Amino acid sequence: MNKQRVIQIFVILFFVSLLLAPAAMKQFKSWQAEEVPDNADEIIDRYGFYLEEVSNEIGVDFTHVRPELDSKIEHINPQIASVGASVSVSDVNNDGYPDFYLTNSEYGTQNALYINQGDGTFEDRAGEMGVADLNIDGSGVSMGSVWGDLNNDGFEDLFVYKWGRPELFLNDSGSQFTRITDSAGLPQWMNANTAVWMDYDNDGLLDLFLGGYYHEDVDFWNLETTRIMPDSYEYATNGGRNFLMKNNGDGTFTDVTEETGLLDTRRWSLAASAADLNGSGYIDLVVANDYGVDELYLNQNGETFINASESTGIGFIPKSGMSVSFGDVMNRGQLSIYITNISEAGVLMQGNNLWVPSRQASADELEFQNLAGNLGVEIGQWGYSGKLLDLNNDGNLDLYVANGFVSDEPNTDYWYDYTKVVGGNRNVIIDANNWPAMNGRTFSGYQTNKIWMNDGAGRFREVSSAVGGALNLDSRAIAAIDIDLDGAQDMIIANQNGPVKIYKNRVREDHNWISFDLEGTASNRSAIGATIRLVWDEDGRQVIKEVSGGDAFSSQSQRAVHFGLKQTERIDRVEISWPSGNLQTIENPEINKIHTIAEPQDV
Amino acid sequence: MSKVATTGFLSKGITIPKQYFAPLLITGILLAAHISFGILDSYQKLLTAITFAVLTELVLHRVVTGKFRNLSSAYVSGISAGILVRSPLFWPFALCAAISIASKYVLRYKGRHLFNPTNFGVVAIIFIASDSAAVLSIQWGNNMWAMFVIWAVGLISLWKINRLNITLTYIASFIVFAWVRAQFTGDPFLAEVAPLTGPMYQLFALFMMTDPKTTVKSRMGQNAVAFSIALLEMILRLNEAVYAPFYALFIIGPIALIIEDQIHQRKLANKPKDEIAAASAS
Repeated sequence: MNKQRVIQIFVILFFVSLLLAPAAMKQFKSWQAEEVPDNADEIIDRYGFYLEEVSNEIGVDFTHVRPELDSKIEHINPQIASVGASVSVSDVNNDGYPDFYLTNSEYGTQNALYINQGDGTFEDRAGEMGVADLNIDGSGVSMGSVWGDLNNDGFEDLFVYKWGRPELFLNDSGSQFTRITDSAGLPQWMNANTAVWMDYDNDGLLDLFLGGYYHEDVDFWNLETTRIMPDSYEYATNGGRNFLMKNNGDGTFTDVTEETGLLDTRRWSLAASAADLNGSGYIDLVVANDYGVDELYLNQNGETFINASESTGIGFIPKSGMSVSFGDVMNRGQLSIYITNISEAGVLMQGNNLWVPSRQASADELEFQNLAGNLGVEIGQWGYSGKLLDLNNDGNLDLYVANGFVSDEPNTDYWYDYTKVVGGNRNVIIDANNWPAMNGRTFSGYQTNKIWMNDGAGRFREVSSAVGGALNLDSRAIAAIDIDLDGAQDMIIANQNGPVKIYKNRVREDHNWISFDLEGTASNRSAIGATIRLVWDEDGRQVIKEVSGGDAFSSQSQRAVHFGLKQTERIDRVEISWPSGNLQTIENPEINKIHTIAEPQDV
Repeated sequence: MSKVATTGFLSKGITIPKQYFAPLLITGILLAAHISFGILDSYQKLLTAITFAVLTELVLHRVVTGKFRNLSSAYVSGISAGILVRSPLFWPFALCAAISIASKYVLRYKGRHLFNPTNFGVVAIIFIASDSAAVLSIQWGNNMWAMFVIWAVGLISLWKINRLNITLTYIASFIVFAWVRAQFTGDPFLAEVAPLTGPMYQLFALFMMTDPKTTVKSRMGQNAVAFSIALLEMILRLNEAVYAPFYALFIIGPIALIIEDQIHQRKLANKPKDEIAAASAS
């Protein structure tokens, strides 16, 4: 064989090996995949937990209905009316058991408030308690809700955000609600898909952040124009207004959005959550935006916010932000941020973001790196809620990601038509009239939710098909809840235009845990914004969590802060940073117990 | 060294070597677009694509010919892959760039490579790695002024290198076929014509279709090829192919080159031998 021939063969082999490389990588991964055990006990033994769907068994029968909007946009109604299924958890009647609220989104449908009976079952009492009938023609429809004790009376109050007029209800001792919408001073109309309770100025009163998605001038039932769509797929500037409403302490709120520096963009906000990210003692805000970059606002001593999106590294690459969840993923006492986006094979590969703070991150020099790819939690699908939680109580945060946009006629696909119009110039994309009709086609539908299990060594692996949580509805909201107070994180999944699903979590019995249910005194009574740090002196290990006023997408999990401990039997101390500035230390707390802790008056 | 004048005032005194014209143009457009919109996912991914394109070219050319070659075309392929490939991962950028360059050394016909390298790389990535990567289609800014500037600079540049007719024929054909598609699909004409106003087409119509190495020589032939690409693209679009223009060029491009060669051979065969000899001598 002459030299030229050898060279030719070498080049051809090189070329073919390049073409085969992705298939080889896939094959290698499939070889590594384990065989899944076929009974729950073996699964629990291997993965540490098993999810069992129990919705009907525990008395929960709720189906979300999407809204029918103005006939001018009927041809794309399924994709516009693709949100509204939500869940928020709270102990409404202070009986120690978590209850939850579900929203519906078609005129005439009822929202539901499921009260925990304490025996593992629930009963919907929204009607008798006055918070069911919110989807009334002319007032808009529900998109989500968040609980917070806005008047510090010890009972959690309810805020419902809508595509329409937001609604606010005071909780009357856990038995009834009083509607105070008309006197509260809230926006008259907005198309909101996120709201977060947060005490931004640490005055002991919960304030409210509201994120606008579609422009607030849009009334979806009486459209004056069809130019309501985003003006760009990646750099949209015509989204809804955001609001920061300061609690005046008398049941009214004042709009402080502009003076606090939160009015400088018009992005399409889909999700937000708040936590003290830089240890300044003041709560910061992260906003996930569709059609644009995400935003991080650092709180400046409770007076203003500065947009630190670029300086912290998260605000450069525009994607389709859908959810914000915090968690100490690396177990080193710093909160990371998980934001879902869209990944659709062959069409759009944005990847989800896991923003991990650099080790040196200080109050002045907070910086994040996207390690979603390194840790293996990048490629989801059409993501909505992405929630960091410890499903197997092994002390490492796992990740549940809701996927799926519009499931309609099987084996049909709207993606081609979508790419046609959204790739176009702003004058084309902005007008709903230019969007091709969906005609019952599926659009990134029938996608399975992801459950990524954290191995504690820097990798997550997807286990949804093994642990019983595989769900292929159009999931939107995720809430962690410990239904029977057994120390396992059960889950509620709200699905768009579909039934809510509740999963009971069976966790390995030798995995320990601890929970903290905080009650503020100098701080807001819900203790939203407080951080809890577990510390082990021997190896310097520490882990933190925050009390959240709403996170993920249209979700709010149980208020009590839960830590898995695996076989750890002792925690040296717990440090609680209250929003008031109080620092409290608890030495060697008892494990496998929910600790109810009131903020000490003089610490 | 052959040189080509740049536009306007530059043409009075400054000339740019021909092989550097395309690299400079695409770099300029990339920088303008990135500064305006931040179109790049990251510089690292772009650099990955450029590095692998250049390395592949360097190694394969050396292995095949025993010589080193100018790397400007590899740079263009790398930068194109860096812009066109969309993935949160790094390896699709490297793979697309390497495949693009390697295709030039493998898929050859009578000593000439048949496929536009980046077009081949992009189509390959769509087929072999669609679960890890996509191609620029809906992701980019769509500000009207930026679009005009990119089109204006691109069209003027094509005029300077005598390839303007290709792009204009393609645009005219696309618009006509967009109207035809609208009749078939019932969708608004603006929806059908919308892709032309987006970033993918700016790169496709201004650079990929007009690559001198993989376009036919006669003006009539170039126009016929551009029209054919638009026609096949219409058919593919009616079958809901998101990346129809890439597929159309992938199919039509090599066929056009082979037909051109056949025509050329036939002409040569029909000419008297002394004319051929004279032509060869000249």
